[in-house]
Amino acid sequence: MKSARLGPWIAIVLGVLYFVVPLIATFEFSLRKRRGEYSFDAYWEVFRDNRFIESFGYSTVVALATIVVGVLLVVPTAYWIRLKLPRLRPVVEFITLMPLVIPAIVIVFGYLRLYNSSSWIPFTASARATDLLLVFSYVTLSLPYMYRAVDTGLRAIDVRTLTEAAQSLGANWATILFQVILPNVRAAVLSGAFLTFAIVIGEFTMASLLNRPAFGPYLQNIGANKAYEPAALAIIAFAVTWACMGLINVFGRGPSDMAPGKR
Amino acid sequence: MADIARSDIAAIAVPRIRRDRISFAWLGVVPFFLFALLFLILPTLDLIVGAFRTPDGSFTLDNIRRLNQPTIVSAYKISIQVSLASSIIGAIAGFFLAYAVVMGRVPRFLRPMLTTFSGVASNFAGIPLAFAFLATLGPTGLVTAFLMDMGINLRTLGFTILSFWGLTITYLYFQIPLMVLILMPALDGLKKEWREASAILGASPFQYWRYVALPVLWPSLLGTTILLFANAFGAVATAYALTGSSLNIVPILLYAQIRGDVLHDPHLGYALALGMIVITGVANIAYIWLRARGERWIR
Repeated sequence: MKSARLGPWIAIVLGVLYFVVPLIATFEFSLRKRRGEYSFDAYWEVFRDNRFIESFGYSTVVALATIVVGVLLVVPTAYWIRLKLPRLRPVVEFITLMPLVIPAIVIVFGYLRLYNSSSWIPFTASARATDLLLVFSYVTLSLPYMYRAVDTGLRAIDVRTLTEAAQSLGANWATILFQVILPNVRAAVLSGAFLTFAIVIGEFTMASLLNRPAFGPYLQNIGANKAYEPAALAIIAFAVTWACMGLINVFGRGPSDMAPGKR
Repeated sequence: MADIARSDIAAIAVPRIRRDRISFAWLGVVPFFLFALLFLILPTLDLIVGAFRTPDGSFTLDNIRRLNQPTIVSAYKISIQVSLASSIIGAIAGFFLAYAVVMGRVPRFLRPMLTTFSGVASNFAGIPLAFAFLATLGPTGLVTAFLMDMGINLRTLGFTILSFWGLTITYLYFQIPLMVLILMPALDGLKKEWREASAILGASPFQYWRYVALPVLWPSLLGTTILLFANAFGAVATAYALTGSSLNIVPILLYAQIRGDVLHDPHLGYALALGMIVITGVANIAYIWLRARGERWIR
């Protein structure tokens, strides 16, 4: 019996060491900017840098746009598939999983070939249009997570009954979608949204190859040129990721616990 | 059953309206399919077609054949090695961690802690992850310095963060948590009755794992390992921030090719991309097939 309990503890201790030591090391490193003593100089340096504020702001706006476009694309589709076209489900599911199969760098390579300034849809001809292409590329990247989250949310509610009830009260499709279905899958949509935010905010490959001033390329640039600021940025990025996951737990559980009571 | 009954009633009650809607129901998914076509399917197809074309547009297998040159072959080799090592080690480590909290009789609060942390760490990839490991195992990193004090010089041992093992250790930071997250539900699916039944029949713990648990688990184990493989194979940002272009792996070679045509031949770039699609595609088909097998038991 005793040996049976020792194994799990060894696994956990090794796991904690592997996962916590880099965080401690990174934090310690980020404090070393001032010679001979610990200080938060690297963090002040980062926060004072205009490029940090601009690129983080840019990526935040792109992430929010991605979430809006993603929700508008995924919620009606997943709803309609459940309600009217269940036969198409495997097809749609397969398509939403494709971004996990095709590496991001391949997808963006395809964009650059297909949508260059002399093509039929010249997305890369102007900065605004390229921003739009970046948003669409992030919607593509987040498709597996968003679709899965929303579809799980829809499974928990009775889509058909809600729709028929709304219809018999005279609601049109827009009302049904935005005032009946969407509030009922709010928790699922929010977890998809925060996950999308966590993925998009520091994304490097697509932003860099589309040449947009996003947070990911800024991080890369700092990494190549500074010593202590990258460690501070890693800690900040870890905190942002942690916040997103925490918010998924807060919002993801709250309303769905209430849902059975509401019905 | 209830669904069938309800749709039967609907069919009887409103046949006319139903017929009208069927003819236009597909309109509801047009935006989605249009989006997928424009931003996922066409760009990929265009590359695949480009890989089989000469610059003037005729069909050729020459681009594929020209992948067989030392730089490209060694890039694929190192990429596959790093992906294999990080997925296999990640799978084993993730399995033991998941096993420890699910059935290891450790304090119960460890499980939600591990789940939450895994959610964070599996998404903590890309450039910040590279920074963290540079601060840990880089030339002036904390662990490097600590080991130096203990009399272990990592550099003279041949280890740098810019090497095969450096990249593998870094990738494990998101590979292990992903394995933990996917495997925990699978371990939950091992029913207590199976262990009890085998114990009653006189099986040792080894026999239980060998003849009951592992045969049930292996599709999810192997399937998830393959998913981790594809996950590592397509990753660009971490490797790029960690090693610049000093480690010759496929995603970085492709990145450099897109930025500055380092292969001096765009069509060779398409072939390089095609190679990546083929490798991750085969890996994912194997994953989907194995997952379907694994889910038979976990209900």
